[in-house]
Amino acid sequence: MSADVAIVGVGATPYYKRGESWPRTITELAGAAILDACQDAGLSVKDIDGFAYYSGAQAGYGNVLDTALFMETLGIPEVTFSAALTSGGGGSAGSIGLARAAIVAGDANVVVTVMALQQAPTGRLGQAYGLMASDPVNSFLQPSGLYGPGHLMSILARRHMHDYGTRREAFAEIALSQRENASTRPKAMKRDPITLEDYFNARMIAEPLCLLDFCLETDGAVAVITTSTERARDLKQPPVPVIAAAHGGHKDWGRAFSWMGMPRETFASSGHAAIADRLYQRAGVTAADIDVALIYDHFSPMVLMQLEDYGFCAKGEGGAFVESGAIRYKGGSIPVNTHGGQLSEAYIVGMTHVKEGVEQMRGSAINQVQDAELALVTGGPAHLPVSGLILGKA
Amino acid sequence: MSTLAQALPGDSVRITTDPHTEPFWQAATEDRLAAPQCGNCGAFRLPPTPFCPNCQSTAVNWVTLSGRASVFSFSIVRGFPGIPELTLVAAVLDLPDAPGARLVSNVVDVDPADVHIGMEVDAFFSPIADGWKIPLFRPATGAGNG
Repeated sequence: MSADVAIVGVGATPYYKRGESWPRTITELAGAAILDACQDAGLSVKDIDGFAYYSGAQAGYGNVLDTALFMETLGIPEVTFSAALTSGGGGSAGSIGLARAAIVAGDANVVVTVMALQQAPTGRLGQAYGLMASDPVNSFLQPSGLYGPGHLMSILARRHMHDYGTRREAFAEIALSQRENASTRPKAMKRDPITLEDYFNARMIAEPLCLLDFCLETDGAVAVITTSTERARDLKQPPVPVIAAAHGGHKDWGRAFSWMGMPRETFASSGHAAIADRLYQRAGVTAADIDVALIYDHFSPMVLMQLEDYGFCAKGEGGAFVESGAIRYKGGSIPVNTHGGQLSEAYIVGMTHVKEGVEQMRGSAINQVQDAELALVTGGPAHLPVSGLILGKA
Repeated sequence: MSTLAQALPGDSVRITTDPHTEPFWQAATEDRLAAPQCGNCGAFRLPPTPFCPNCQSTAVNWVTLSGRASVFSFSIVRGFPGIPELTLVAAVLDLPDAPGARLVSNVVDVDPADVHIGMEVDAFFSPIADGWKIPLFRPATGAGNG
């Protein structure tokens, strides 16, 4: 498990409820996260020579992450790599693999990955599919009124319940356990404990999913700096080795819930099975070796289906697995989303999971998993590519 | 009796077409459900795309289907931006006479509590903006939907 690159810096802004970060601008939020990550690493921002984005370098709400603008505003003299994984949040963990590709190829030395969100007055991410302009492909989806990503994924959740007997109590356990994890974290947006009763009293949005199955909508930014293992040795933080990274996926998942044509076996899944196989093969490990899992949680059922696809339990047994308490920070066999995740801490399109993975591997996490040696970080179950990342102990 | 499921108001629904998808929508204006079948290997696909994903052929036969479908999965959507009182049953449908192709649509005129996976439904065609129509679905009559 020798690693050629390592994560050496993580940075973030405060997190704000959607729309409440103004008068800070999105460029200021992204720049602040990048500077924070540089400070964490003990690097000057002028050392950055590469940008590795995901989500097509889009920042939600029609905003874009623009390398030239970052160079202009932060005074970065020259870049030798600037690229993005395609599609959306599926690439969050894989963006570190893109940074690695640049470094291993010799195209760049110090590569930053950043995501920033600031709600525009014109709309909400939770209504994104309803607000899109009509096109010939989405004309086969949009008229149905499935106007948000959670509405689309509720259809996958119902099929999982039908095929495997999964109960809403399992989705509740994901929301409850993550809220408990967030309760100790000063920056978390939601810290008040929730009970099973609260869950079942929550407003139904797209049955079988209720408000507490949906992630937050947050303003803020997170940045991560990756460099070569060799360069990393001289920096301020103990380097966190990138053991394996992978992105992509299988045609049977494809456009996923924008398509709905997945064969039955794949339909009620997270689309991550191919990524899990490749990650574990590259790392030479199995699910049993993972000590903490930072699982992309836009919607609670997708956490459950990723636990299956990553082999923490058998396919179809995710419900019983989480209901057993297996994912709890306290007493669970595989603590999941120790930072509270996107359901309770903040939603920065998967980057908070990378940050928490780094802190767990440094041994500095607020909810530190004792003696953790391997962390799994995943990107969003969505339109391909989806992605995963295994980090090693610093 | 709870509120019956509806569809979005037709005048608020817009579609756009391209040369590959237009036959689907043209058929809908004639109250026909049609799907593209590969002219080479016979596989169905939806949405319509330029190539057959099985054999890469561009040959297509547009087949008029019976309009019968079965609910593969669904969501009960409570409220829509600007229409809080609306209840939608948004459904992913298998088409028995176009195996492998699925349609995303609405089941309407039904108590949402009565909708279930495997339920048989039949297409009808409802006007939307710009003179187009979309297929919507109602529970099939006499098909063991109890």
